[in-house]
Amino acid sequence: MGLFFLVPLGLVFAISFASRGTYGGIVWEFTPANYLDLLHPLYGKILGQSMWYATVTTAICFVLGFPLAYVIARSPVRWQPVFLLLVMLPFWTNFLVRTYAWMILLRHDGLVNRFVMALGLVDAPLELLYTPTAVVIGLVYGYLPFMVLPLYVAVERLDPLLVEAAWDLYASRWAVFTRVILPLTKPGIVGGCILVFIPSIGSFITPDLLGGARSMMIGNLIQHEYLVVRDWPLGSAVSFVLMAVVMAAVVLYYRSASRTDGPLEGR
Amino acid sequence: MAVNQVSFDVRRGEFFSILGPSGAGKTSVLRMLAGFEDPDEGDVLIDGQSMLGVPPNRRPVNLVFQSYALFPHLTVFENVAFGLKMRRVPTPHIEEQVRQALTMVKLLGKEARLPAQLSGGEQQRVALARALVNKPAVVLLDEPLAALDQQLRQEMQVELKSIQEQAGLTCVCVTHHQEEAMMMSDRIAVMHQGRMWQIGPPRELYERPCNLFVSRFLGVSNELPGRVTGNLGEESLFQPADGEQPPLLVRSIPGEQRGRSATLSLRPEQLRMARERLPTSAQVLPGRIEKVLFAGSETKYLVRVGHDRLWEVRMTSGAHVLPFAPEEPVFLHWSLSDGRLFFE
Repeated sequence: MGLFFLVPLGLVFAISFASRGTYGGIVWEFTPANYLDLLHPLYGKILGQSMWYATVTTAICFVLGFPLAYVIARSPVRWQPVFLLLVMLPFWTNFLVRTYAWMILLRHDGLVNRFVMALGLVDAPLELLYTPTAVVIGLVYGYLPFMVLPLYVAVERLDPLLVEAAWDLYASRWAVFTRVILPLTKPGIVGGCILVFIPSIGSFITPDLLGGARSMMIGNLIQHEYLVVRDWPLGSAVSFVLMAVVMAAVVLYYRSASRTDGPLEGR
Repeated sequence: MAVNQVSFDVRRGEFFSILGPSGAGKTSVLRMLAGFEDPDEGDVLIDGQSMLGVPPNRRPVNLVFQSYALFPHLTVFENVAFGLKMRRVPTPHIEEQVRQALTMVKLLGKEARLPAQLSGGEQQRVALARALVNKPAVVLLDEPLAALDQQLRQEMQVELKSIQEQAGLTCVCVTHHQEEAMMMSDRIAVMHQGRMWQIGPPRELYERPCNLFVSRFLGVSNELPGRVTGNLGEESLFQPADGEQPPLLVRSIPGEQRGRSATLSLRPEQLRMARERLPTSAQVLPGRIEKVLFAGSETKYLVRVGHDRLWEVRMTSGAHVLPFAPEEPVFLHWSLSDGRLFFE
């Protein structure tokens, strides 16, 4: 199993230290030039933008996904599989098709614009498609189930009596949430956030189709280097930087989440 | 249905138990007191103040859950301090009050443990401390000792009672365990099918139950159905339905009872068993010993009375020289004042 993962990975790693031949081939000369090229502010900007998109997407998925997971986990046991099926239902359709569907919804004379105009909320159609907003909508839509499922498992395991106990012990609803529900569902939250963050930061179809030319994410950059510019060594270097960023983010997240933070400080 | 027209008062400093079989509606009453449910009609008053619509976090009551519901991610100290922290009590006060509460439940020195590192009995104590540290107007106990094994349970009964007296707590306790309720409570309400049938001190309930259900629920009730056939002033004649018996004498109850069907009920310890019919007593029934159950300090005898009634008789071991044996014919005697009639 590891072979199928490690060999290509090693290959990419090796290529990232080679240089591009004149016709797009690989010239096997060891050079760190690709990584040095990446220090150019343009690449930093793309990486920063990708992290920003991924972070916003993860945050929105959490805000939307937590109540959804909570309601599902607390609904009658009979209905829970039905609700979970509904959450996963979009996966039965190709991701590309679903992204195109969003293009139809968001475009100038799309359903969304027609709806808000019919309601008289706006006079002119909103500029929705090919904006960062469209990218985030697409990413949230695509990866929300990855947030909901681990959260559902965590909430389902949470003893409802603990919520009652906290409420009985003078905790406001907000305090019940932050002091009891949140710490006890933390493993699910960490899992869900990682599952959303990683594919979001590396996505390229969504920003390509919904974001237009202006919003390039690191995934687009990799695709661009490999397939358009045919600079495999640079593409490989970008891939490795992305992987490093993702791993750093995951490690940081685990660290901060598993720190034993006694909610009752000041002891 | 759950609860129907339940009304009771709890006095300050009182240990009040709601006793009933499962499904009697006890827990619903407790949840109404805690604020998790609201009654459709009526009111809940604490210190004269209506609690209608007041959420649990604003009520001066704390609940000790049957499963304890300790916060698994918090230490013993943090669990006990939770309520104080939520009410924004200054930290030095929290420290002191938690320590006091932990001293009371004998858990000092285990502040830093997590609930999972404690035994069942210790968890029970944390749950108790977590409630009483807040000095609530009422401590609500939901089957507080049900999860403990027999031995620990009996120890905790004594301890819980002494903590309650020492701290002057007002407790409302829900339980299905009649012995536990009788030993710990100042007063008991017997609940069945959503109603409270009788409220009173344990002794009163045991000796003067208002109906057969209460009588049966608070111990063993040896019963004999029959009919009142005559009134002799102070006493009445009771004819057992099983026609072979001569009429028995019972205490008269005010009002004309002649001709009414009734059930005679006797507690096991009110019966005296002998091999001969004592000539001085008119309250006597012949029977045959069916089973002898030796239980250490006392022996239980199941005695067949009439056609199909099994009565339980308890005798202190060693009180009789020659123990009774199965199949032995015996006579059961009781005094006139002990037999209680329940009319249908």
